[in-house]
Amino acid sequence: MRPVAVIGVGKTPFGAFPDRDLRSLAVEAGEKCLANGHTTPAGVDAFFLGNFAGPSFVGQNHLAPYVSTALGIHGVPATRVEAACASSGSAFFHAYTGVASGVYDIVLVVGVEKMTSQATPRVTEILAGAGDCAGEIKAGSTFASLFAMIARRHMFEFGTTRRHLAAVAVKNHANGALNPDAQMRKVITMEQAMAGKPIADPLNLYDCSLISDGAAAVLLAPAERAGEFTGKPVRVLGIAQASDYVALDQKPDITTFPAVRRAAAKAYQMAGVGPADIQLAELHDCFTIAEIIAIEDLGFAPRGQGGPFTLEGHTARTGDKPINTSGGLKSKGHPVGATGAAQICDLVLQMRCEAGERQVPRNSLGLAQNLGGSGATCVVTILGTI
Amino acid sequence: MSETTGTVYTETVIYSTTEAFAADVPYQTAIVALDSGGRVTGRITGERVKIDDRVSRVEIRDGVPFFRKIT
Repeated sequence: MRPVAVIGVGKTPFGAFPDRDLRSLAVEAGEKCLANGHTTPAGVDAFFLGNFAGPSFVGQNHLAPYVSTALGIHGVPATRVEAACASSGSAFFHAYTGVASGVYDIVLVVGVEKMTSQATPRVTEILAGAGDCAGEIKAGSTFASLFAMIARRHMFEFGTTRRHLAAVAVKNHANGALNPDAQMRKVITMEQAMAGKPIADPLNLYDCSLISDGAAAVLLAPAERAGEFTGKPVRVLGIAQASDYVALDQKPDITTFPAVRRAAAKAYQMAGVGPADIQLAELHDCFTIAEIIAIEDLGFAPRGQGGPFTLEGHTARTGDKPINTSGGLKSKGHPVGATGAAQICDLVLQMRCEAGERQVPRNSLGLAQNLGGSGATCVVTILGTI
Repeated sequence: MSETTGTVYTETVIYSTTEAFAADVPYQTAIVALDSGGRVTGRITGERVKIDDRVSRVEIRDGVPFFRKIT
């Protein structure tokens, strides 16, 4: 296996864009990324598209060549990867393996989702397709309710409180307010976050990520060739994908995600670093409790201590372990299939000192954690500057 | 050991849902640890339950178990 680098990134803003279709969003991110990596469409050896539910949201199948040809990329392998909310994290992982193994040199990854053309109850139904439709979903579960049940158990076992959950939302909104591409650039108070409209107890509206349109793209190359394309390459030091049960009721312990722990252990080992070395992270805060558990599963805080760790300010932009300086899924937005690629983009911006007002000073070792469903897929990526 | 009785492992009350369940809100779902082993996701009827409450299955509707608190 040879070392791999990120040589380009590109994103659309995240939000509700009634005039934009899936393909135009994907093309915008892809074109920005190719320009950023000083690469032409003819220079791309393979294309991976991360997308969760294009066929359900917009009725279009065969999405990878549908997007790649619109980008002017012709003839090369074009493959869609679906892994629920980890779709483009998984697309990035598979793109990485293609470059590391020597099968391809230059690979473009685009993640995209167009969600706002559907009303919220239908969006909820489509998202539920990432759960066990014959069991938990048939019983009336929504994704918010699955994470609500996780939160309930976490509160029961570890004493996690509503205030801990709210602290995640307050922190991520404070960060997102500084991100010009974020969907909800709004600072919220602890009181607001505590008093949101109930969605599924104990989660309220402020505990839930957004319904979004958007796309993000990443360009990969062998590290030895990165200098041909960019003066600021960022190395993929470690990466792993892991899997687990889709149904929550099949998991022996729902207060931890074994797929996150497994992927993290492999990625840390590959990078030769540990949790204490990570300087900043983009974590999958689809719901506030998910960020708290990710903090624990990644080893940033002991089990059960993710809530207090957040409330104490460690994960704030000015803390010693800044998490989701982009605003996270909560404030930046969560166009499901774009999220994993967007996390990589946001880390790369920080590591290139291009993060504007939300720039953090310690930025040479970053981690991205992209979770699918209620933990059935996880991709952990560790990036470093050379 | 009975597969019709068990203990609440976790639960939630749902306020926002899909069209198929919109008429039921707010409704409670729970993961129940069955006395016979294994866990199942079901609906709660009657009084609300919390973790560690004992429940009994009162019916299976379209494959979905409905549980009621044992008082």
